[in-house]
Amino acid sequence: MTETATHTTGAGAPAPPARFAVPGRIEVNGRVAGTWQTATLTGIRRETPRASTFRFAVPGWAGHLPGQHLMLRLTAEDGYRAQRHYSLASAPDDSGHIELTLDRVPDGEVSGWFHTVARPGDEIEVRGPLSGFFAWPGDRPALLLGAGSGVVPLMSMVRHHRARGLTVPLRLLVSARGPGELIYADEFGAETTPVFTRTAPAGAPVGRLASAHVAPLLAEPPAGGWEAYVCGSNAFAEHASRLLVAAGQPVDRIRIERFG
Amino acid sequence: MNTTRGFTGRPRAARPGLPPGQYDAGDDWPVLSAEVTPEIAPADWTFRVGGLVAEPRTWDLAGARLLPASGYAGDIHCVTGWSKFGVRFGGVSLDAFLDAAGPLPSATHAVAHAHTGYTANLPLADLTGGRAWIVWEYDGQPLAPEHGGPARLVVPHLYFWKSVKWIAGLELLDHDEPGFWEQNGYHARGNPWEEQRYSGD
Repeated sequence: MTETATHTTGAGAPAPPARFAVPGRIEVNGRVAGTWQTATLTGIRRETPRASTFRFAVPGWAGHLPGQHLMLRLTAEDGYRAQRHYSLASAPDDSGHIELTLDRVPDGEVSGWFHTVARPGDEIEVRGPLSGFFAWPGDRPALLLGAGSGVVPLMSMVRHHRARGLTVPLRLLVSARGPGELIYADEFGAETTPVFTRTAPAGAPVGRLASAHVAPLLAEPPAGGWEAYVCGSNAFAEHASRLLVAAGQPVDRIRIERFG
Repeated sequence: MNTTRGFTGRPRAARPGLPPGQYDAGDDWPVLSAEVTPEIAPADWTFRVGGLVAEPRTWDLAGARLLPASGYAGDIHCVTGWSKFGVRFGGVSLDAFLDAAGPLPSATHAVAHAHTGYTANLPLADLTGGRAWIVWEYDGQPLAPEHGGPARLVVPHLYFWKSVKWIAGLELLDHDEPGFWEQNGYHARGNPWEEQRYSGD
């Protein structure tokens, strides 16, 4: 069979099914995203033995949506620069402040500085907010699945939901090795189900996230269905996204943010 | 220059081949797709070159393997900051596919699309001249699904979001048409050496 070339897309054989053709929902401001700004550390809050939250004043911050991230860079005296992406932990507000929660990574070049050197008053540089794909404006029912520090962008969503008094359904399934490593443990409410993989409080089960956690939520989805957000290691992201698909969540309504 | 108090960075030697703002991921190969890994059997994989070409063509994996073997050995760079040195991909040069379909003189750009619907835009000049490949092997083994297997595009001189996993086709156009990440705030071209990460860079 011959096909005829034309001047635009879509002629001839049908394109493969576009199951991931999720349009960008969030307008990203290229000018703001492209500008490095000075952020001043104003406070450090211990979350777990391995994770702390760092609060910054960023006077020129344009605001963000829950789920967005920023790029951060540190500069050494000799001009060497290290930059990393981090999810925003704080809900959008107009205080001119943002918060990041950083795990202390063994041998971590940037996280090591934060956990051993940084103190209030220090200045770093940030640019953002970046990328609209993982963002949740609070418009659709949200089913959030996170593990470890993967809970950080999801917590921004939970905080947003709470701060705005939103009534759109929101559920968080969060996996941690044990209660001592559950970031934001004191802040979770009825929307959250913690899953403990190594040690659990007395009476609570130990085991990884399973279909028993996910299936009931998908058996009775809210009107319009869930928008699913998955964040964690690649192993967790693969596992959690497969559970969602197996339980009937459409693949084009699963957004994944993975970290190595 | 805004130096950071007390920050020295990891002990380092100048690493040739590391673009600005990148770090060496060592043996790691992070997975950064934003979508569910699709299950595509090698027998079901197809690759189509269409749009502004003399004759749209579609290959399956067996047909693609009949083209002259080629591959890429070198470095790759992800926009999130990691670079990976000394990777070895095996497959076929994209030139072989394009030559078979015959791009029309009016073709200037392409949209690469995946079997999942993911897309990335590329100038045609970045896909020709031995600078892009369709690959199905990594280190001599079949490419893993989470890294884009059965087959993916590799355009190693650009940030790796352009190297579309689970590649399904190229649509040649006479204009640039932003792909998935480009619509979500990323740079239209993505040259690591010029740090073209986000729109505005």
